[in-house]
Amino acid sequence: MSEIQTIELAERAAEGPAAEPKGGRFLFSSWHLVLIPIAVVMVIPLVWMVITSLQTLDQTRHYPPSLVPTSMQVRNYTDVLQQAPFARWFVNTLVVTLACVAGNLLFCSLAGYAFARIRFFGRELAFILILATLMVPFQVVIIPTFLIVRSLHLIDTLGALILPNLAGAFGIFMLRQFFRTLPVELEEAARIDGASRLGILFKIVLPLSGPALATLAVITFMWTWNDFLWPLITIYNPNNMTLQLGLATFQGAHQTNTNLLMAANVMSMLPVLLLFFVAQRYFVRGIATTGLKG
Amino acid sequence: MAVRGANIRRAVTSDHVVGWAFASPAVLLIVVFGLIPIVWSALLSFQKTNLLSPAHWVGLANYRALPKDPLFEQSMVHSAIYTVLFVPFSVAGGLLTAVALNRPLRGIRIYRTAVFVPVVVSTIATVIIFLWVFDPNFGLANWLLGKVGLGPFAFFTSSNGALYSIVAMTVWGWIGFNVIVYLAALQGIPRELVEAAEIDGAGALGIFRNVTLPLLGPVTLFLVVWSSINALQLFDEVYLATNGGPGTATYVPVFYLYKLAFQGGIAGYAAAIAYVLFAVILVLTIVQLMVGKRMVHYAP
Repeated sequence: MSEIQTIELAERAAEGPAAEPKGGRFLFSSWHLVLIPIAVVMVIPLVWMVITSLQTLDQTRHYPPSLVPTSMQVRNYTDVLQQAPFARWFVNTLVVTLACVAGNLLFCSLAGYAFARIRFFGRELAFILILATLMVPFQVVIIPTFLIVRSLHLIDTLGALILPNLAGAFGIFMLRQFFRTLPVELEEAARIDGASRLGILFKIVLPLSGPALATLAVITFMWTWNDFLWPLITIYNPNNMTLQLGLATFQGAHQTNTNLLMAANVMSMLPVLLLFFVAQRYFVRGIATTGLKG
Repeated sequence: MAVRGANIRRAVTSDHVVGWAFASPAVLLIVVFGLIPIVWSALLSFQKTNLLSPAHWVGLANYRALPKDPLFEQSMVHSAIYTVLFVPFSVAGGLLTAVALNRPLRGIRIYRTAVFVPVVVSTIATVIIFLWVFDPNFGLANWLLGKVGLGPFAFFTSSNGALYSIVAMTVWGWIGFNVIVYLAALQGIPRELVEAAEIDGAGALGIFRNVTLPLLGPVTLFLVVWSSINALQLFDEVYLATNGGPGTATYVPVFYLYKLAFQGGIAGYAAAIAYVLFAVILVLTIVQLMVGKRMVHYAP
């Protein structure tokens, strides 16, 4: 299946069913009886989190639990911000994530284009070695990677989170496959007119690759924003923590203050949830593209 | 002729130079943080080292010690149980949910969003929510299960239930991913095929079994392979929700090797575990792909 077909299918998954409604649109469909319980199970934990985040500590220690908001203790949110450097963690995560997204877009575009279009010495071997790293799970390389990052004196800095993730085999592979589906005639014409490879990449190829680049950006964003194991191993100073790691330490310190914990949780989720609602189709497309590759 | 030859040679060399100039930043990063660690890790697995003082060679001793290590055996058993439960639930559940979602109903966007949202919720956020939902005393789960005459359960705090609680939590977090992939595949099924089956008088169930399901074969195979790989690499949820406990009830290989390498300073042995796990994943993937090749029919 070509990359363009894949993305078209993924697009439709994001947009809605291809099938036309068959008359029953305004009648009650029995499918609702299947879908309502599924939706409730998926959403109820999140709803309960928000409710708990607005309760007093006494109200959270109540059985049976209340699914209707019984209070509006907004103070929990300001308390959390006073007790832990959430703003700092948010900024750290944002810096790391944006750097990794930018790095992947730039370096994977350059490398992906070279592997797709330029014939250079050792190309096939380099590409096979890059693909090989895709198959090795992270925990196999985690100890030496830690040692390498330590010898670069990056432990306990944001650099430890950024540098190893500035480019990935997945991004190179994905963009190479996509670039190969673009018509080569445009590029050849530009070369005859004397355009450089760099000019062709930035003026012709990348403007045609919007969907693929957006997909790579979204996938990199999700991976980096939610990463936990690597920050856990490389970051110790609370000031350098990411949101996920900070939240984990906050959880360790506030296990019994459920209402504060839930308020912290809601805040940690908001940025990514907002992005999800704004760019739902890109999230869906990103995931569907990874999946349809198989 | 000579001039043209020089031009060609210059063009060729410039392609070599430009090609490497384009590829080298990414290639360098992948060599340093990908390829070198793969080889280094293999060497580590034949060494005894605590990551601080110099290592020394021990041959196959790390690998020989593995079968005699009860914690390693437990970790592998837990991992097997987890994978055997997680993969069918998340893949079959994802398929059924996607089929239900693949129709023009009122409010379909709301249903879809509800199913997709947990995918973007981070592991730690998911764990914090489920520690609360599964709280033995005040949690929602015990209250709801009590309404239908079940429980109460101790969930994460019971040796028997902790692993199953992790299964339930991770299925909640993962199923949306599978639904999205299945939805995309379902929408790639040609209408004509379904219509032809309808004209031949096939019922909805017959169409699902004989048209839809076979056409979803490749995607199903991908999801089975992909979720098995991820299930065998389980770490975050265990570390955050149970820390391997109660006791060692939820020890899994990656958690065990993390403890060994980064808390116990036993890096060589941990590297051996990582490589054994890698081998298990590789073999399982190959077996799944081979079995899949026989069962799955790719559309012409």
